Amino acid sequence: MSFLIKFIVAAVVAGTPLLFGTIGEIMNERVGHLNLGVEGMMSLGAIAGFMAAYRSDNFAVAIAAAFLAGAAGALIYAIVTVTFMANHTVAGLTLTIFGIGLTNVIGFYYLGMSENGTMKLPEHVTSQMRSISVPGLSDLPVVGELLFSYNPFIYIGIVIAILLAIFYNRTQAGLNVRAIGENPAAADAAGVHILAWKYVNIIIGGGICGIGGAFTIMITNGGVWISDCVGGLGWIAVALVIFAAWKPVNAIWGSFVFGAMRILKYYVNKEVIHIPDAFYDMLPFLVTAIILVIVSARQVRDKAQPAACGTNYFREDR
Amino acid sequence: MSEKNTTHKEPFLRVSKRKELTPRQSFGLKMISLLLALIAGGIFLAVLGYNPFVIYGTIITGAFRSTLAVQGTVKIMIPLFISALGVTLAYKMQFWNIGAEGQIIMGAIFASYFGLFHDNWPRPLLLLVMFIAAMIGGGLWAILPAIFKNKWNTNETLFTLMLNYIALHIIAFLRDGPWRDPANPGFAKIATFTENATLPKLFGVHIGWVIALILFVLVYIYLKYTKHGYEITVIGGSKATANYAGMNVKKIVLRTIFLSGAICGIAGFSNAAGSDLTLATGVAGGVGFTAIIVAWLADLNPVGILIVSFLFAILDKGSSVIQSAYGLSTDCSDVLEGIILFFVIAGGFFVRYKFVMRKKKSPEATSEAPDMKGGEAA
Repeated sequence: MSFLIKFIVAAVVAGTPLLFGTIGEIMNERVGHLNLGVEGMMSLGAIAGFMAAYRSDNFAVAIAAAFLAGAAGALIYAIVTVTFMANHTVAGLTLTIFGIGLTNVIGFYYLGMSENGTMKLPEHVTSQMRSISVPGLSDLPVVGELLFSYNPFIYIGIVIAILLAIFYNRTQAGLNVRAIGENPAAADAAGVHILAWKYVNIIIGGGICGIGGAFTIMITNGGVWISDCVGGLGWIAVALVIFAAWKPVNAIWGSFVFGAMRILKYYVNKEVIHIPDAFYDMLPFLVTAIILVIVSARQVRDKAQPAACGTNYFREDR
Repeated sequence: MSEKNTTHKEPFLRVSKRKELTPRQSFGLKMISLLLALIAGGIFLAVLGYNPFVIYGTIITGAFRSTLAVQGTVKIMIPLFISALGVTLAYKMQFWNIGAEGQIIMGAIFASYFGLFHDNWPRPLLLLVMFIAAMIGGGLWAILPAIFKNKWNTNETLFTLMLNYIALHIIAFLRDGPWRDPANPGFAKIATFTENATLPKLFGVHIGWVIALILFVLVYIYLKYTKHGYEITVIGGSKATANYAGMNVKKIVLRTIFLSGAICGIAGFSNAAGSDLTLATGVAGGVGFTAIIVAWLADLNPVGILIVSFLFAILDKGSSVIQSAYGLSTDCSDVLEGIILFFVIAGGFFVRYKFVMRKKKSPEATSEAPDMKGGEAA
């Protein structure tokens, strides 16, 4: 039992950066922009969050910085694809290469200025980002550990996902936004401000990705700077969007499932079940590829990519 | 209703279509974009406290400072150039294949099988078999998403993306298990190829560059002067038109995508047998993604790809020099590449569109509208 609880807790933690990346990408794809720059935006969030925490010693400042950096990356993408109508795939790949590159350049620059060639977050901020402890609740058996034992990121992520789900499903504005991703011409005719909503969604989505990036360096890596800290999680997040069928609530449990896949290899008894490690690492991508095929074969409209995703909208072309 | 429409405020800036630019104007536009990108990159360098002119100068001289450096630059260029040619075939058809990375890896895996386990064959035969195996490996890995695309319209962008990572982990699996080098008990790696399985050198660089140049000529002719090339262009323009013209679109897609993947597979072969001399997990190392950017910057034109991949190779090689000389990370090349591409693809907008400023409110402008109405009525 305690082994299972440990596994679930570890899966949730491993899934949290994915949750942020996935929500951010859902926001992009919902307005019709396939943004392959998640990895880049997460990287930008990582360096900004880290440096802000390093300098200010304050967790809230770090989160804000990570959000702003991710949003800045997304702003470039939005300008290039929304206003200048460039190809989404190419712009996204560029954002990834640019974001990782810039992150490593800045990290390298500050490492060079540090005293002993390493950068570690100060104690005060690390204590703030550690697991929370709710008096009374955290000490409960099982429930306490399963629900009230995580670092603050996880709760932030879940709250964002739920708010986004309410926005998409329960508000008129949310419905309008979804319409942009499905049929921008119809949305335009109905008077939806396409450009404004695209910018808002892409930029906020990028900011959320940035918070996920900060997680990878502050929690996963224990607050010590390394280059390439996001390490491909952004691409798993792009996969996870498909798994979650472009729905924020699914992203919550989906990211925990993918988190479980990431750590599964450490929890399976190697003497009993002998599967090479590489297959565990492959699992998220394999599962996503299979889902992609099944969804397209069954033509489940509800679980498909927003219809206008990847295309640009120019009013005079409709 | 029309009354209300006329009182609607015109936006300050709006987008409008324009006549397409001539190739010459379009080239000029690119040069302006490139210049702006270099200025933006220079500002970035200046913010970090470096003199941009010195850094740019060092990048260029760094890539050419010695015979060894030039050879290094060419070595970087080979896989980039080959795979950019490969993805071009797919992109010409508007098939959004971002799986070059995986196709490079699969080509390398297929070639490495013969390189590792049949290295007693005569060298020319072995290399030829490896070459063909790489084409088949890369081609099959590419045709998979095309089959699903044809059958169920499965999204090829997302599917090829997944296949990249599946391929990457297949190498890891081979490295940790079946193909692990027993001579290396501590550290899991795949054995180094024997000389038989490595590409010979010509002018100090493995002959991957000769292969690349031959491919360049072939792809150029294929796209420009053959029926297949014509079909690709038509499908890229409009699938409906191609159907109407009696082309078997599905078959052509499969054939072209296979070729596209096969060419990327060759890049994998050249990397494994020419540069790494083994099968390493980093055999593709992001080249598949950069190749897409190269192809796009070059407008899917083989000659342009030759130029752009050469420029990117210079950037890459030169950046390794600025790290040792100025303590600026080699990743600088990625930042500069990114900035250049952002500017160029944003600039591509002006090939087809223009911004129109709101006209100043003048008596003539306001009287214009009723006039036209009147004309219509008459």
